[in-house]
Amino acid sequence: MAALALPVIFPWTARSKSSHFDRRLAVAASRMQPPALTDDDELTALRAGDEAAFAALVDRYGPSMMRVARLYVRTPSVAEEVVQETWLAVLNGLDRFEGRSSLKTWIFSILVNIARTRGTREARSVPFSELAAREADADEAPVDPDRFQGTRDPQPGGWAVPPASWAPIPEQRLLSDETLERVRDAIAALPPAQRAVIALRDVEGWSSAETRAALDLSEGNQRVLLHRARAKVRAALEDYLS
Amino acid sequence: MRLLPSRFRRRGQPLRCRELVELVTAYVEGTLDARERERFEAHVRLCDGCVHYVEQLRTTIALTGRLDHAALSDGARRELLHAFREWKRA
Repeated sequence: MAALALPVIFPWTARSKSSHFDRRLAVAASRMQPPALTDDDELTALRAGDEAAFAALVDRYGPSMMRVARLYVRTPSVAEEVVQETWLAVLNGLDRFEGRSSLKTWIFSILVNIARTRGTREARSVPFSELAAREADADEAPVDPDRFQGTRDPQPGGWAVPPASWAPIPEQRLLSDETLERVRDAIAALPPAQRAVIALRDVEGWSSAETRAALDLSEGNQRVLLHRARAKVRAALEDYLS
Repeated sequence: MRLLPSRFRRRGQPLRCRELVELVTAYVEGTLDARERERFEAHVRLCDGCVHYVEQLRTTIALTGRLDHAALSDGARRELLHAFREWKRA
């Protein structure tokens, strides 16, 4: 991507460069053997019953797993149960794990499935991939259509009620626990596939390739789900902050 | 582009705000084609509402990234290591 002559409010260029790079990496990786580094060593150690290796994995992924589980279940103690069940499923599935995805994405795909099936009956009966497809295909407007001018207005398709700048909002307020609670609530209110994607991409900071692998999503679906999830969280924040 | 219902797509015409908000994620991911990227940036240079929208989205993503962790409790961690030893023996 060429450098952009945009004002400093656009660090997008840096982000888009890295996701472009991630995509190329993912394509290259799919064509060759995964580098026999961390994952292989970890797998060997686990299969050999190396408790220190297992403890290290638990400590490394634990906080992220708790965070993701917590987006699906009501209490930290249930989230903890979900994480524990996940590790047991991982251990029991070690023999069958073929290494086609990374250890991390495999672990989290198990976690997401266990976490969401702890919830509603619907979550248990509908496969995640089908939920994701339904959510991506639904006709959904990320921004309330009333925010835009209609065909009879002076600027059709332009903002009727433009978003305000958040620059005047004191940083303390933006970073406060109350504001973060709103973000958490907005994410909890998302439909399951959108929630999973924003959890891995934005809460955990995973790349598009890793998220797609963990959730078994096409690039198009992943982007649509992320787009809708972010739009809803933004709208909830705008409501709260205005 | 799947994001945009076809009734909103007007190739080659300047972007309207309602169209821009559909393209934001693709822009950030770097998946817009060159022409759509140019249209996006050209619009944003001139439109305060859209500048604020994109800023708000950027802030939203940053805040989402700040949701904090709860680590596993000591008890849970001990149980897991115990489970690991049981699993090893089986």
